[in-house]
Amino acid sequence: MTKNLISRLIAKIADSICASADDLTKLDQAIGDGDHGINMRRGVEALLKQGDDISRQDFSTALRKAGTAIVMSVGGASGPLYGSALLAMAKTASSMPSNQAEVGVVVAAGIDAVKARGKSDAGAKTMLDVLIPVHREIENGSSIDRIRRVAEESATATKPLLAKKGRAAFLGERSIGHIDPGAKSAALIVHAVCEVLEKR
Amino acid sequence: MKKLINGVDEVLSESLRGFGIAHSDLVEVSLEPRFVTRRAKAPDEKVALVSGGGSGHEPLHAGFVGIGMLDAACPGEVFTSPTPDQMLAAASAADCGGGILWIVKNYAGDVMNFEMAGEMFEGQCAMILTNDDVAVESSLHSQGRRGVAATIAVEKIVGAAAERGDDLAACQSVGERVNSASGSMGIALTSCTVPAAGKPTFDIGADEIEIGVGIHGEPGRRREQLRTADELVGELVEAIVASTGAGQGSEVLAIVNGMGGTPLLELYLLFDAVSRECDSRGMTISRSLVGNFCTSLEMQGFSLTLTKLDDELRELWDAPVRTAALNWN
Repeated sequence: MTKNLISRLIAKIADSICASADDLTKLDQAIGDGDHGINMRRGVEALLKQGDDISRQDFSTALRKAGTAIVMSVGGASGPLYGSALLAMAKTASSMPSNQAEVGVVVAAGIDAVKARGKSDAGAKTMLDVLIPVHREIENGSSIDRIRRVAEESATATKPLLAKKGRAAFLGERSIGHIDPGAKSAALIVHAVCEVLEKR
Repeated sequence: MKKLINGVDEVLSESLRGFGIAHSDLVEVSLEPRFVTRRAKAPDEKVALVSGGGSGHEPLHAGFVGIGMLDAACPGEVFTSPTPDQMLAAASAADCGGGILWIVKNYAGDVMNFEMAGEMFEGQCAMILTNDDVAVESSLHSQGRRGVAATIAVEKIVGAAAERGDDLAACQSVGERVNSASGSMGIALTSCTVPAAGKPTFDIGADEIEIGVGIHGEPGRRREQLRTADELVGELVEAIVASTGAGQGSEVLAIVNGMGGTPLLELYLLFDAVSRECDSRGMTISRSLVGNFCTSLEMQGFSLTLTKLDDELRELWDAPVRTAALNWN
């Protein structure tokens, strides 16, 4: 069951990122350095390559191996951010969460790691602007459908924000009016996870 | 996209392999993971300088690996930070007992990846962040300023300090001194195309320029019509002087750096303008560097860096260096 779920999660996330890689790159060309889709694709390809090994592990080890694969393959800011999140989640999750409250605890550990690594918080036009509201919905016991919707809406809501972190921050006011690529990839990942969990 | 390549996925490996063959007297190249180390054995207990960053800025950083400068460099994908596995492999290959000094340009990705490598490295290490770009420094930008061409001055001067036997703390301190004595700003006439992206990073009109452009094609202060070289240089010097406090009586190192697609004819013309501008402000350019050192692929444009020098920094700049891109005795 665990193995099956992990491999389905990897496959779905990889599908979703690869299908949207060009869009992510386009968003990044507008306010960043134009490589987010390329980097994220490299990351999910590394996950797919190690997918058999990762999905054989217990939940915590799988998260740790996935985090290491991301850190060592992605580069840029998204590699250490997503990688640190997975590594922190691995430390918190002793076993596969059995209910939504337990999922919330694991996700919170990941978000704290992203905040620490990126020295950032909500409102800076980053992936945190998706992850934090998503975590709030998980904690509130919201439905999968609502969580997915909040992820998408939160990504779109980064459009009017002024970037305070990452390369987009160098743009100042010119960062306003574009969706943050990191927020978008975070929403894609949440969306993919929701799809898999819904069909479980 | 028109580029002299075989395939976008092979660009980095093939270029690195060529670099290693062309400069086999100076460097050794590892392709898995990717890093470049100096071939000449470093003295025992010397601080090892390890730098790195996205590719596309050549000769930065691999072109500065050798005697008197970097011990190792880690090239990432084009415009993308390298990963910690590269940094750890480079550090253990370069380590000669004096500790590792990471030299990192201030970009979120580079900083985070080098930080992770520092946390994982089992040994003494310290970090210098370069942030010399004066184009964007509003307090709104909590990211801080970008690291650009002054990184060359930092790597050269700290490299000489390490070679003369300075310890890790002393090397870090001289590097931070060079960085804070430096200011840079760039201008782009055209965009650049990341091979994997296949099209220009930004659109710019035939008669437009981007003032304060970053070395990844990031926008700067504003977009405007092309002006004369003298006018552009005047604005850059003013911005740098305002930030570094250089002025009447200052001695400076001036770097006129091509972004990759600018002919030397124009770079020397720009240096002439810089020289006249500094003269009129009572500043002395005692050391200079003109050429393509911190590039942005095929971008047309240039950046100016001014570093305030004192006796120690000048001596360290003058110390022998033997690398692919800088070479003097």
